[in-house]
Amino acid sequence: MSADHGHHKDTFITKYIFSEDHHMISKQYLITGLLMGIIGIGMSLLFRMQLAWPEQSFQVFEVLLGKWAPEGVMDPNVYLALVTIHGTIMVFFVLTAGLSGTFSNLLIPLQIGARDMASGFMNMVSYWLFFLSSIIMVFSLFIEAGPAAAGWTIYPPLSALPQAMPGSGLGMTLWLVAMAIFIASSLLGSLNYVVTVINLRTKGMSMTRLPLTIWAFFVTAVIGVISFPVLLSAALLLIMDRSFGTSFYLSDIFIQGEVLHNQGGSPVLFEHLFWFLGHPEVYIVLLPALGITSEIIATNARKPIFGYRAMVGSIIAIAFLSTIVWGHHMFVSGMNPFLGSVFTFTTLLIAIPSAVKSFNYITTLWKGNLQFNPGMLFSIGLVSTFITGGLTGIILGDSTLDINVHDTYFVVAHFHLVMGISALYGLFAGVYHWFPKMYGKMMNKNLGYVHFWVTAVGAYGVFFPMHFVGMAGLPRRYYTYTNFPYFDDLADTQVLITVFALITAAAQLVFLYNFIYSIFYGKKAEQNPWKSNTLEWTTPVEHIHGNWPAELPTVQRWAYDYSKTKENGEYVIEGQDYTPQTTPVQEGEEELTH
Amino acid sequence: MTIFLILLIVALLGVSVWQLSKIYKFTLGGDSDTSEIANDKDNQTQGKLMLAFVIFLYGLMAYCFISYNSYFLPETASEHGKGYDMLMKISVVLIMFVQICTQFLLHFFAYKYRGKKDQKALFFADSHTLELIWTGIPIITLAGLIIYGLYTWVDIMHIDEEEDAMVVELYAYQFAWRARYAGADNELGKANVRFIEGVNTLGVDESDNYGQDDIITNELHLPVNKKVIFKLRSQDVLHSAYMPFFRAQMNVVPGMITEFAYTPIKTTEEMRQTDFMLEKVETINNVRRENSQKLIAKGEEALEPYEFDYYLLCNKICGASHYNMQMKIVVESEEDFNNWLAEQKTFRQVVSK
Repeated sequence: MSADHGHHKDTFITKYIFSEDHHMISKQYLITGLLMGIIGIGMSLLFRMQLAWPEQSFQVFEVLLGKWAPEGVMDPNVYLALVTIHGTIMVFFVLTAGLSGTFSNLLIPLQIGARDMASGFMNMVSYWLFFLSSIIMVFSLFIEAGPAAAGWTIYPPLSALPQAMPGSGLGMTLWLVAMAIFIASSLLGSLNYVVTVINLRTKGMSMTRLPLTIWAFFVTAVIGVISFPVLLSAALLLIMDRSFGTSFYLSDIFIQGEVLHNQGGSPVLFEHLFWFLGHPEVYIVLLPALGITSEIIATNARKPIFGYRAMVGSIIAIAFLSTIVWGHHMFVSGMNPFLGSVFTFTTLLIAIPSAVKSFNYITTLWKGNLQFNPGMLFSIGLVSTFITGGLTGIILGDSTLDINVHDTYFVVAHFHLVMGISALYGLFAGVYHWFPKMYGKMMNKNLGYVHFWVTAVGAYGVFFPMHFVGMAGLPRRYYTYTNFPYFDDLADTQVLITVFALITAAAQLVFLYNFIYSIFYGKKAEQNPWKSNTLEWTTPVEHIHGNWPAELPTVQRWAYDYSKTKENGEYVIEGQDYTPQTTPVQEGEEELTH
Repeated sequence: MTIFLILLIVALLGVSVWQLSKIYKFTLGGDSDTSEIANDKDNQTQGKLMLAFVIFLYGLMAYCFISYNSYFLPETASEHGKGYDMLMKISVVLIMFVQICTQFLLHFFAYKYRGKKDQKALFFADSHTLELIWTGIPIITLAGLIIYGLYTWVDIMHIDEEEDAMVVELYAYQFAWRARYAGADNELGKANVRFIEGVNTLGVDESDNYGQDDIITNELHLPVNKKVIFKLRSQDVLHSAYMPFFRAQMNVVPGMITEFAYTPIKTTEEMRQTDFMLEKVETINNVRRENSQKLIAKGEEALEPYEFDYYLLCNKICGASHYNMQMKIVVESEEDFNNWLAEQKTFRQVVSK
């Protein structure tokens, strides 16, 4: 590609709407993701209120839910719908598209030294499919019988039979259509990321010199390409069962006074297909966050990331293992117990690369010169919640222990900490850190500090006590637990959790305010505000199509030569504790082989 | 109106945050740094907050373990549950040990190495010894946990049909449970949803002789110290038979029969008399009394005092009333159990009416 790439005239539509520029598409992903996040988090507040004050009347329910909350009391079907759509939106629309879509698009070309993605057109299509799927998902909230309500895992027969619940009618159809489009979007995006990383690296940017962010995005895209098609086929078979009378998942059913003709299918088949994506999905959400964290922690610790090769190795190991552990969601599904043993084994193996990553992060902090920018705080926060949430995985991944905590609030607490909160922290860290690159402005740091500390306290306040609620045996997806007097003494804790949730959500308003305010009125950014080594900070502050005005940079070293000294004890470049990747090896400097 | 007020408050809060940030900017004065990049002062404050945070986290963990101690389920009521509880205890202790150590290191390092202008970071990119240590330790620990876990798993999930065990079918439908006892022949009659008609609500095959003496009930009664093999069958959608006090759970899947087996070792009465349960029930009844007073003040009926019973609950989302799909379980002496069973109608008696 030549340096004058993209010097054609842009109209408003080609620049801001149907843009093929990775930088604009990244911003489109971020804004769409944030809007979906507002809906998803808002829903969680509604059902948390129902859990804390069961069957009480709230005017806010009446206003927002209308006829589904007669006299302000939430209907059980709506509760399930809220839980379902909250899960779907947060997992797919916010933490997959919003996180991966934003930062893969922004950083892959910038950090590998490419002018744009391999296919700008495919990238644009990918975003607009995502947008279309978001619209359909949101639209499904407004139909007569309500949106899908069978849980985000949409297990049939509940999701297959409109007789089973109101949400399994048109709402489920729209859910499936939205997800099919979403998968198409995600596949186009992922293929593009993979191809770009393999082919468009600039001169000198060998795979072993890639920043860990790129490694994470690359491996994430690969597991996305492997596993998303399987969800698509699961969805297609479900559509056929729903609409064309096939029996892939259905057998021997008597519902609403009627025997169905279906015979020979099994819901367990659906569970296998669903979790073949569903589990890698956890890492599709988490790995980009870990990649972002690696980059931000190294930069702000002014130290190389500890154990670069081990970090790359553990990303690959986690990705590989993630595709052979899906059965740990199905220990009590009725599948052969021997399979349970196999999946326990592979699942607990994942703890090893995860432990390596955690220890490497901690060691990176050791003897550093830590700069507590908001991005750094969120990165440290991520390591903290990743450890807390990951450790309880040792209980859930053990088939024996899973028997009694399966589908209880213990699971909810576990995955919210390890993938929900951790990935959200990754998203926030990324936004604070690369905001100067996206908008050429700085975000207000003090508001960032307020945002972090309230969120950090709130997130633990919500999810740590929740483990204990789960240990008491309270199942998830219960509209209310008041029919079991045994759970009566949980009431205070439920209120505590909800209060923490409301406070934490309020703190996100500080972020939104900071984000929007800074886009327009933020202080103008310097070219390299965090004194970082990576290539994206060698581009102009104001983004130009093609990224670099002149020739593409040549890479001379890996991304993590922070505080590196020469034999004489001086920094490699005098007076600065970082050595950008474009700096050639200096005299008297020991070259590292990576 | 309330919603309007809330919106107004949110808007006002937004304005005040904006104003505060402006005031904050002014108070910094002209010479202060407004680069939005952390300076030494920020690093000082944030570093200390990191240390404060780990103290908060320890406090929260301690608070939860102490004040929610009664949330943990009571001692197991089933034979295999002893192994389960032991494995759980070991895992929780191990996890908490690692949690306490790593969170301390993470936040303490964050505090200790908070940035200072003249501080030099150590260029430390790799160490094979360290990597080996923290790959090796998890491998050894996890190997132990995996082996112990699988040993227990096989023990729990292996169902020996030859044994002298009682066979009970658990039948699930939106939104209730039924139990079907195999009767004198200890052999369940054939059944399929296609046979459902009138009083034959479970679809038992009327032509099958084994089914004639089957007994269908709304409560699950079990004799103590006798192994039960549950055969689980669903009429419509997925359900899950969750019996937390027995450390037992298995999904109920339409189109197939799933199984779970255990031996109850504590009668309902014995469980009620444990110190744990006496205290728990008292706490619950205190809560209920308080709630009752509120209800009475509103002119509604008071809540009944709670007495402990084992229960089976549905733990797989199954529709609107999923949250109330439960069945009472009574564990009693073999004699009481036989008396109770004798009072129930057999399938033949039910359909011949």
